[in-house]
Amino acid sequence: MAEKKELLEEVTIRFAGDSGDGMQLTGMQFTNTTALFGNDLSTFPDYPAEIRAPQGTLAGVSGFQIHFGSIDIHTPGDECDVLVAMNAAALKANIRLLKQGGIIIANIDGFDTKNLRLSGYGEENNPLTNGTLEKYHLYQFDITKLTRNSLAESGLTTKEIDRSKNMFILGFIYWMYNRPIENSINFLNEKFSKKQDILDSNIKVLKAGYHFGETTETFMTRYDVKKAKMVPGAYRNIMGNQATAYAMIAASQKAGVNLFYGTYPITPASDILHELSKQKVFGVKTFQAEDEIAAICSAIGASFGGSFGTTASSGPGIALKTEAMGLAVNLELPLLIINVQRGGPSTGLPTKTEQSDLLQAIYGRNGEAPIPVIAASSPGDCFGAAYEACRIALEHMTPVILLTDGYIANGAEPWQYPTAESLPPIHVQFEKPKTNAEEKFLPYKRDEKLSRPWAIPGTKGLEHRIGGLEKQHETGNISYDPENHEFMVKMRAAKVDKIADYIPLQKLDSGNEKAKVLVLGWGSTYGSIKTGLIQARAEGCDVSHAHLRHVFPFPKNLESILKNFDTVLIPEMNNGQLIKLIRDQFLIPAIGLNKIKGLPFNASEIKDKVVELSK
Amino acid sequence: MNTNENTILDKPMTSKDLVTDQDVRWCPGCGDYSILKQVQTVLPELGLKREEIVFISGIGCSSRFPYYMETFGMHSIHGRATAIASGLKASRPELSVWIITGDGDALSIGGNHFIHLLRRNFDVNILLFNNQIYGLTKGQYSPTSEEGKITKSTPFGSLDHPFNPLALSMGADATFVARSMDRDPVHLKEMLRRTHKHKGASFLEIYQNCNVFNDGAFFIYTDKETKKLETLMVEHGKPLIFGDKNEKGIRLDGYAPVIVDLADGNSTNDLWIHDEKDRLKAEILTRFFDNPIHENHMPRVFGVIYSEDRPCYEEMLVNQIADTISKRGNGNLDALLKGKESWVIS
Ligand code: SF4
Repeated sequence: MAEKKELLEEVTIRFAGDSGDGMQLTGMQFTNTTALFGNDLSTFPDYPAEIRAPQGTLAGVSGFQIHFGSIDIHTPGDECDVLVAMNAAALKANIRLLKQGGIIIANIDGFDTKNLRLSGYGEENNPLTNGTLEKYHLYQFDITKLTRNSLAESGLTTKEIDRSKNMFILGFIYWMYNRPIENSINFLNEKFSKKQDILDSNIKVLKAGYHFGETTETFMTRYDVKKAKMVPGAYRNIMGNQATAYAMIAASQKAGVNLFYGTYPITPASDILHELSKQKVFGVKTFQAEDEIAAICSAIGASFGGSFGTTASSGPGIALKTEAMGLAVNLELPLLIINVQRGGPSTGLPTKTEQSDLLQAIYGRNGEAPIPVIAASSPGDCFGAAYEACRIALEHMTPVILLTDGYIANGAEPWQYPTAESLPPIHVQFEKPKTNAEEKFLPYKRDEKLSRPWAIPGTKGLEHRIGGLEKQHETGNISYDPENHEFMVKMRAAKVDKIADYIPLQKLDSGNEKAKVLVLGWGSTYGSIKTGLIQARAEGCDVSHAHLRHVFPFPKNLESILKNFDTVLIPEMNNGQLIKLIRDQFLIPAIGLNKIKGLPFNASEIKDKVVELSK
Repeated sequence: MNTNENTILDKPMTSKDLVTDQDVRWCPGCGDYSILKQVQTVLPELGLKREEIVFISGIGCSSRFPYYMETFGMHSIHGRATAIASGLKASRPELSVWIITGDGDALSIGGNHFIHLLRRNFDVNILLFNNQIYGLTKGQYSPTSEEGKITKSTPFGSLDHPFNPLALSMGADATFVARSMDRDPVHLKEMLRRTHKHKGASFLEIYQNCNVFNDGAFFIYTDKETKKLETLMVEHGKPLIFGDKNEKGIRLDGYAPVIVDLADGNSTNDLWIHDEKDRLKAEILTRFFDNPIHENHMPRVFGVIYSEDRPCYEEMLVNQIADTISKRGNGNLDALLKGKESWVIS
């Protein structure tokens, strides 16, 4: 065969089609195979908020981007090399993301007069034929027809047949990038184990797509992307929400405390519930409550009973939970509150990402109600950050907020998974029964961490009452005494501040200890900053990177790190929130770089700003 | 370890053991005192250990209750006691969990959690102190206040149609529905025992006099003068009889209840015999809810109106987990972290 093979270091593919075209599944399948193949990768699912947006329109376009390579990959890619467009709307919505000279693979059937009209191109203005795509490599074939042809004998209805056309494109892309199809065959075997005809037809179409690449003359080039040189170790592919759920299970196992998860469905946090509800073999109790308030309250009740109460939501749901979070501050019980952030305010952009709930996490309650805040920086880091959040909640008897966001919650990457044994221990000790009736139990007596005992019902001699009213020091009795109130407010603040003694010092992620510019990030901007700085250094910039996991309280050495740099740049997917905290606490003139488009930063946006500041 | 002192804690619980060192701060004469006393009297009879008992309340006058009970307790936030108790019971099914709430707490701000707890049928006891007023905030009308009520927030009369708490709970598929009153200690104690005994969500509405902001709201049912004529004390298997000299009975004409005079030669054999298990009839009984100013109104029903056996949520939750573990074995953390597809880079 006279095919040409080209070796590439990295590739970004964007699968785009109508919501019903199965692009998310196609993308995930390609991701899993690519991860198993040994590439480093990062993904970005980008789907519409409306489940049933009108077919063929721009609002209905669903996209999945994967960036993979033989080099380190930290972002889903600023621009793509390949755009799969299952219809005209998918092309129109995504063409701006395609590199000059990039490849378009278009499904001709998705460019009929109806699709052209709905997409806004207009019936007389087919981009596949009017020459406007000349600066790209356009490959077009009728995927619908090819799929139907290959299943002509299947006995399935046209509707059923058309549903498998995503397998054709998946097979074709597997061929193009020289990947095996077996992994996806295994997946289909499991998914359709009870529907033999659907299973057979999906496999047939997948193979047809692969063979189409092999036999057709249209496509002359295949690409090879060699395995990445990754840190030696055992890897798997993981999504952020999945990693969060696993960390919660791991923490409960290591602490020897039962896990209770009370929650209410909300995008993009629901996958945590889906994952945890499967894990009954770990004794996990999941409770789909009647609303967000009941979700957190049930978790508080569970923690009062000696389980580890946890809950998750996204911005609007977190807003509903705030009164109960204040209660948890007063009760001083372990509680994990996860906010998988999305665009706000209000309902905002449910399927788009944002980091705009940081100030809500730190300040968003009535009264002085400090709660530690931890942020995850990548899909895999959701595990480490969530585990740390659980540890702090359990060991310091406090509610803890974990911030992730839609981008990393739904994104995936290869993850060097830990062994159970290697995870740090979590020490939990329930208060022991009292055998001496005269000895009064003091529910708010504090230890060296300033945390109170976890005294659970069923323990003899520990009967006590707690609540939302201000409490007297040590006894926990109601107290309206002015001195006591001020004392307790400061005590609760001191307790949270003290956590800084029990967390790791801040490290630089890259760069020199002293340099011109420090990029200080938190949360999901990690990959974009990392990649952006590699590019900036290539242009001669003297720049370092520190990335915060502990956002509140800050690591104790943060100030001394910041003082080593002339300029501190804080990129955030919000209108400037961490920057307020940094300026407030350290009185330094940090500079913000803000993107509030519901989309992660492009690495180049970070690079450009660093280059500008380095002049 | 001092065994002597050990026995102090081990000896059977008495009412006195349930009294805390906190001053009770309800207004003098408040109906809450009687309820507290009856609860402290009944609990030691139930064979529970003190440390197994938990009282959870929301916000309102009644919600101070846990502070006065020497058990485990939580005075939580407005309307959420039911939600907190759900999580507690789910995590610790063996505890005896009591929810103390009021008409505003359970039926206004906490209405959602209240109905969902009932349908899920957690095995908890809900004592709703209904005083038809907001006491803690000093006298606004509540969701159970009667239409036209003049209060601080309704100087021209309330326009709200009141909730019928028992009918609401039946609508939410409660498995135990009962009513009692602060001023009938004997009846209240019996209802508390039944409330405890029922396995599932037990809902006991207690008419409670707020002598400061709504004095006398229930006098017609609690006063000697009118009590016998205006109340219908139901007991399982007994005919529905009331009146000063037990001279009146209730008969069912199709689905329509009819008051009959026993003196007129009507036989008790023709009367409606109370059956706690009969949902349809229980629903009719909860609808004996007319404002007593209306002529020919039905008497108000007290006692256990409905009781049904239905699996409890926490029991099913525990069973589902146990079933899964017996089929698949205990979870292995390493296997979970590794997943189905992994690879090694050396
Ligand atoms: S205001 Fe009413 S309900 Fe509240 S304590 Fe006083 S009398 Fe009792």
